[in-house]
Amino acid sequence: MTTTAIAAPTVSGAPHGGGILTRARWVVSDTLTLTRRNLLAITRIPEALFFSTVQPIMFVLLFRYVFGGAIAVPGGLPYVDYLMPGIFVQTVAFGAVSTSIGLAEDLQKGLIERFRALPMSRGAVLTGRTTADVVRNVFVVIIITAVGLAVGFRPTTGALSYTAAILLILLFAYALSWGFAVIGLSAPNSETAQVMSFPILFPLTFISAAFVPVHSMPSWLQGFATYQPVSVTVSACRALMVGAQVTGHSTWFWTSRSLVWSVLFLIVLIPLAIHRYRTRT
Amino acid sequence: MTIAIEAENLEKTFKGKRQVRALDGVSFAVEEGTVFGLLGPNGSGKTTAVRVLTTILRPDGGTARVLGNDVQKKAGLVRTIIGLAGQYAAVDENLTGRENIQMVGNLNHLERSFVAQRAVELLRQFDLTDAGDRPLKTYSGGMRRRLDLAAALVARPTVLFLDEPTTGLDPQSRNDLWEVIEQLVDGGTTVLLTTQYLEEADRLASRLAVLDHGRVIAEGTPASMKADLGATVLEVGLSTIEDARRTGAILDALGPHTPLVNGTFVEVTVDNGPQAAMLALRNLDGESIQPTTFNLREPSLDDVFLSLTGHRTEEDEEGTADDGPPDGKRRRRWTRRAEQALPVATGELA
Repeated sequence: MTTTAIAAPTVSGAPHGGGILTRARWVVSDTLTLTRRNLLAITRIPEALFFSTVQPIMFVLLFRYVFGGAIAVPGGLPYVDYLMPGIFVQTVAFGAVSTSIGLAEDLQKGLIERFRALPMSRGAVLTGRTTADVVRNVFVVIIITAVGLAVGFRPTTGALSYTAAILLILLFAYALSWGFAVIGLSAPNSETAQVMSFPILFPLTFISAAFVPVHSMPSWLQGFATYQPVSVTVSACRALMVGAQVTGHSTWFWTSRSLVWSVLFLIVLIPLAIHRYRTRT
Repeated sequence: MTIAIEAENLEKTFKGKRQVRALDGVSFAVEEGTVFGLLGPNGSGKTTAVRVLTTILRPDGGTARVLGNDVQKKAGLVRTIIGLAGQYAAVDENLTGRENIQMVGNLNHLERSFVAQRAVELLRQFDLTDAGDRPLKTYSGGMRRRLDLAAALVARPTVLFLDEPTTGLDPQSRNDLWEVIEQLVDGGTTVLLTTQYLEEADRLASRLAVLDHGRVIAEGTPASMKADLGATVLEVGLSTIEDARRTGAILDALGPHTPLVNGTFVEVTVDNGPQAAMLALRNLDGESIQPTTFNLREPSLDDVFLSLTGHRTEEDEEGTADDGPPDGKRRRRWTRRAEQALPVATGELA
């Protein structure tokens, strides 16, 4: 070790704290570096990958073959066609818990301490995590599509409409990721992050239009169950995948409301997550 | 003489259920190219000081500079100069050793080709070449620490912060790590090291500051501190309290240090161990006192504390918001070494 004093070459060649363009490039490159890291971690734990795939499949089988027979769908739609849009949204929502667990773990293990002492962009820890979630969710929707087709799901509205539904789901999942990032940054450890996530997830996914028609619920619950973010997104996907008639409103009615929820979440949650990250000592 | 690291009157209070004054006006200066040791038990403020100096934590008061750059006003620049490795081995379990090094390199915005080449170099230097492409889950504790340090060195930092680099390591791994740190210093790196081990500070540091409750209670070279303290501790165990009291009086005649009598045990620091031991045995025999145990040992940090503050280090200080992973609240009985040698309840002895 005689070369310690020689400065290492930086990508830009310029001293740090450079212009806006350099900074912007670092935000992107740091985000990609951490996205890659988070994705690699998924592939390194094949058990987790396996079981996180098995879980939605079990939900599909459970509702398709066990509960489905007892659930009456308006308009004579096969239950499997009613169910699958709900499964998509429920799966990405449950998957977002891993965002809170992952961040809480990084905090707990001191990794974020190390990141804070590096000349990297501050927000990259969060953008890297949420970007990795998007990539993971692309795989998730592909798998669920395959499972759905295998159990008799038959989308009727064409490829374009189906793709629009998938994009809507990915956007909604991205918005949720930021919410669960806030939880992960607020939790004292990863176990608590997980426990904190479910009281939020359960009402959202089950008091919803995801698995059963809302009109079967008590009337005082119907307002929430119809217009809460998960339901609205499920209804939008249902309209985009199998037609709007079963949803009671037009495709645009649901799609616009889902977009509003997602954008609203992003506007509120991104600054909140960044604030949490900054102030967490 | 150029100052590489400078802390001036640093203050930090953690608010919470119990307010903890982690830094209570800490000042010190580290000369370029040397190793400076911050010595102290858990909760003394060592880690908080390092977190302030490495731009992680904003102090409530005071200033800190690294190579003349204010750590708050020029945090971005400071981060390109420094490296940080520590007791938590902040590395990603799921990545391989090489991937960890490369990740840190990329986050330092270094050229890809340089990072790849540097990873090869560092893995070789830290004897991790064979393990380089295995996930960290398969690494031993010593290997993790080495990798953690390797990752901290990717960008060739000129100032290195090591927060308890060897805590929890076995003696062999500890020795290996010490050798690496010595090589770095030979290469011109400035190192600030926190430790709970007097032995480690003695081996590596050219200057020391002892922290207690967020204050510097002593500063100097390891040699001067040991001189103040006495080079060796002589411990004698007796069968009765009366014998212990009489032994205390005998040992008091050995030198300038006052013996401590605690139950049936007596200990005293002495400058020349073997000579003091012979004299003590001879005098004990003359008084017909038969010791049950008779030991010479190196002074521990606990002895330093005792001599500096008159109190032992408090075991397992609760609610220390600093010296633990941010959330993990890992607790350690840092007085372990002293207790092994001295099997009596520690407490207010003076």
